Amino acid sequence: MALEAQEVEKIAHLARLGIDPDDISEYARNLSDILAFVEQLNSVDTRGVEPLAHPLDATQRLRPDVVTETDERENFLRNAPLTEAGLYLVPKVIE
Amino acid sequence: MHHKTLVELGAGLRQGAYSSEELTRACLDRVAMLDNQLNSFITVIEAQALQTARDADARIRSGAAGPLTGIPYAHKDIFCTRGVKTSCGSRMLDNFIAPYDATVTQQLNAAGAVMIGKTNMDEFAMGSSNETSFYGPVTNPWDSETVPGGSSGGSAAAVAARLVPVSTGTDTGGSIRQPAALCGITGLKPTYGRVSRYGMIAFASSLDQAGPFARTAEDAALMLGAMAGFDPRDSTSVERAPDDYTGGLNNSLQGLKIGLPKQFFGEGLDSGVAAAVEAALDEYRKLGAVITEISLPNSQLAVPTYYVVAPAECSSNLSRFDGVRFGYRAKDPEDLEDLYKRSRGEGFGAEVKRRIMIGTYALSAGYYDAYYLKAQQVRRLIREDFMRAFEQVNVIMGPTSPSVAFRLGEKSNDPVTMYLSDIYTIAVNLAGLPGMSIPAGFAADMPVGLQLIGNYFEEARLLNAAHRYQQVTDWHTRVPQGFE
Repeated sequence: MALEAQEVEKIAHLARLGIDPDDISEYARNLSDILAFVEQLNSVDTRGVEPLAHPLDATQRLRPDVVTETDERENFLRNAPLTEAGLYLVPKVIE
Repeated sequence: MHHKTLVELGAGLRQGAYSSEELTRACLDRVAMLDNQLNSFITVIEAQALQTARDADARIRSGAAGPLTGIPYAHKDIFCTRGVKTSCGSRMLDNFIAPYDATVTQQLNAAGAVMIGKTNMDEFAMGSSNETSFYGPVTNPWDSETVPGGSSGGSAAAVAARLVPVSTGTDTGGSIRQPAALCGITGLKPTYGRVSRYGMIAFASSLDQAGPFARTAEDAALMLGAMAGFDPRDSTSVERAPDDYTGGLNNSLQGLKIGLPKQFFGEGLDSGVAAAVEAALDEYRKLGAVITEISLPNSQLAVPTYYVVAPAECSSNLSRFDGVRFGYRAKDPEDLEDLYKRSRGEGFGAEVKRRIMIGTYALSAGYYDAYYLKAQQVRRLIREDFMRAFEQVNVIMGPTSPSVAFRLGEKSNDPVTMYLSDIYTIAVNLAGLPGMSIPAGFAADMPVGLQLIGNYFEEARLLNAAHRYQQVTDWHTRVPQGFE
């Protein structure tokens, strides 16, 4: 499976990753190598095999729906690049 | 003092031979004197460490000390540490001061251990050489032109160079065992779910597991005792009390059934590594173990399976880094999409971007069944191989890594070649089993690791097998030149 530059750009867009145009061809080569490498999985007959999501086949544990965390808004906001009045700021989204 | 093990240092502290403050000061001095050669630390917290040490001294004087009280340790920079920079080896988190403690951090704090700093690592734990770190590579204490392994390279190098007696690591595909092997120390990856993942920055959530580095199995057992346990804040934590990891260390190995997977001794294994592993197995025979060949027929599929599962999970986990709530933000974004793309494009390094893109591709519409679902099916086949093997044997052994430490830059431009350096460790993560690496001699003057793989929750059995071997060999006591 060889990826074209255009496909790499599409994947980068889906992942919201800015890639330098000069680096696209190298990513295309590396990603194609990796996909070619994982291609060998296709040689295995997995008909009827249940996919394994958790090594111990555990299921999601539920907890009582009660508040356990305290309000740490100020503490958490300290790591934000830009805030105002307790809110995160981003560039204008609605014109 | 720096040659003493955790067990010896703990005894010295409780007898009053020295204080934790003196011991912590000695470690900090060694870091200041020697770490410019290694680059094993990203952050050193001198004042805070000395304060923690004084608190530990008070606890020791009050008679309430446990085995880890007052013991200095280095913490992989993947664990959140309240008030202390937690970078995960990435520019993305270069400015991140964790607002809370990981459960593992809390547990080690509660045990009275003294964190002296945060160690260097591959960016977001994605790497096998520590070369993907934003903070530069770590070098191997045994040869400064070679890598320490990864991703927990800083934690392994710091223990090997006797900067600290013990440290923490995480292992998603070999990131504790492979650097332990390449640096000549003891490393343990517990059963998936044994140690809490809360506050441990997520890479591949169905594979990630934390564990200790130490010089001896006995020290690793004490560390694991403090780290293991059920945590309601980790949804995949196992509701099961930790075992006694030290009580059975001296059990006899008479009749222990050891299985050697024939797939681990074939093409691609360095002959010097093979010879050292064979010699180690002879020691086990002398200790009374019975060694048989076994087969893990799907083991050659482990690395390709991993490079679908791990990138898929990573692409999902790392979507949280958006330049909005914490972490790196690009300058002067034009709009929200530009903010996301440039913050992520500039904040992540090349290997992290590769894995996010592979994962995004594997999970995208039309490809999910062909990649992710297929890989999860093969993952079950890989686990079934182990389950069949454990019907015949108690412990599986083999090399940890196909070669000794490789040279800096040797594999960094070829991702697939780099991925194959974890060929013997990755299947263990896919199956969720516990694994260890212990020093087992040298090849071309560089350390060789012996890997021990156990059935679920059999950490105590692995530690017992490792400890008995260390009673009759001295590989784990060897010190790299320049760090004596």
